[in-house]
Amino acid sequence: MSAKVLLCRCEDVTLAEVEHAIESGQRDIESLKRFTGFGTGWCQGKQCLISCARVLAARVGEFPLAPVTPRPPVHPMPLGMLASLGDAVSVDRLESVGAAGGDHGEGEGER
Amino acid sequence: MTAGRYRVVIIGAGIMGLSTAWHLAKRGITDVLVVDRGYLCGGASGRNGGGVRAQFSSESNIRLMRESIEICRTFAAEMKINVWFRQGGYLFLTRTKQRARMLEASAKLQRDCGLETRLLAPREVRDIVPEIDPTGVELASFNPGDGVVFPWPFVWGYAKAAKDLGVEIATFTEVEGFDTNNGRITGVRLVRTRHDAIVAEDRDERTTAAGPGPRVDASRARVIPEGERFVVECDTVLCCAGAWSPSIARMVGIELPNKPHRHEICSTEPLKPWLGPLVADLTDGLYFSQSMRGEIVGGIAVEPVPHGINQRSSAQFLATYARSLVRTVPSMSRVKVLRQWAGCYDLTPDGNPIVGHVDGCENLVMACGFMGHGFMMAPVMGRLLAEHVATDETSELFARWNLRRFREGKLLSESMIIG
Repeated sequence: MSAKVLLCRCEDVTLAEVEHAIESGQRDIESLKRFTGFGTGWCQGKQCLISCARVLAARVGEFPLAPVTPRPPVHPMPLGMLASLGDAVSVDRLESVGAAGGDHGEGEGER
Repeated sequence: MTAGRYRVVIIGAGIMGLSTAWHLAKRGITDVLVVDRGYLCGGASGRNGGGVRAQFSSESNIRLMRESIEICRTFAAEMKINVWFRQGGYLFLTRTKQRARMLEASAKLQRDCGLETRLLAPREVRDIVPEIDPTGVELASFNPGDGVVFPWPFVWGYAKAAKDLGVEIATFTEVEGFDTNNGRITGVRLVRTRHDAIVAEDRDERTTAAGPGPRVDASRARVIPEGERFVVECDTVLCCAGAWSPSIARMVGIELPNKPHRHEICSTEPLKPWLGPLVADLTDGLYFSQSMRGEIVGGIAVEPVPHGINQRSSAQFLATYARSLVRTVPSMSRVKVLRQWAGCYDLTPDGNPIVGHVDGCENLVMACGFMGHGFMMAPVMGRLLAEHVATDETSELFARWNLRRFREGKLLSESMIIG
């Protein structure tokens, strides 16, 4: 049954695969993501993260304290559009761009 | 995991530490503990582009990487894990006359070492990758034996194989300091960085809220609390902590010249297979390859980078990478970027690693400063490091790579570094 339940539809990760990953020692959400590949496809985890976190929580008895590190861009962006940004993202303006788009990724030395 | 005594404690469960641990275990040294402050693949070993190449400019790097590539060819069969190794070659591009002369010299040395590297005029680049616009390219080189792997299963493969032979791996376990006596490390002081529920053997087969199937009874799982401290004793400490190595060495009063250097990378939507080699431009540090999942994975040098360990992503990187990639392959313009991330290179002043014993601490062995090549070097370095630790014999290579070369002014060189 769990072999036919899809948790991550972008990368075809089933409930059975997530369960197997937890059984084989992936007991935190970042490791589980890497081991199964959930959340690394088109939607970048917007649809599957909460389901996978819930399964993990039920198995290890502890809910993940944070989601996986979100990876920019928020939505897929064409390279041509990014290439045309030019000096709009100079070093000087980098911090303000990062701030406008939410925290651009990761805390210092984290995850 | 409880405090105890080990023959070797390895700091860093990246590919360098795990490869070495496995080789030690294969030699019969199984009382080995590998500690890591985070999770497997959380550092540079899980954040790199997976390139594996023998096109270098120094003979030692060329010969070592020939062996690493051979190991990649048999890794899946030996370790029973698919690492998606694909030998599509590496295509190096240069856009300046000076770089072209260096590429010529490197290619000659590579051929002398038995590689099939050949130099290509700009128009011949399209025989290898028809989609490339060769405008502005001065000279290119191609070695069909180079390739790419998917880094994550490579790390898991070594971890599982090492564990099967008796090695202990403690993730979320950080080094806080060392106990020393007469210039020797006698104990490694560790702290757990995260609560960890140890999965118990008792399983409840009933259907649960999270779905049917076996589940661990949370009330019976053994939990090691965050912040728990303990000390392990050991004969030898091997530091494979990559960009974190200087902070480890500092704990015993040793200053390393290494600097962490953020390197960013991104991945596109998957495409049908069209790109054979990993393409690298030595002029601006652009590189890109197609993974077995179809994504185009690549990065580029961006300066300046933030000081210290920093794994944040920047918009500046995406713009710089996109501009260079679209110039090189105009048809990539409509392809979408799905995700970007960052990791840290571990850079040394002369582009060569720091390997072997350090003066001032008798039983500390370093293996760091791999310049962003640590992943591809690890398969062969694991064998050499295990031999060094097990026999205490110093090879000519390790003598050259020793930290003391910086004090003695005997610096080395390597010009084929990307990014």
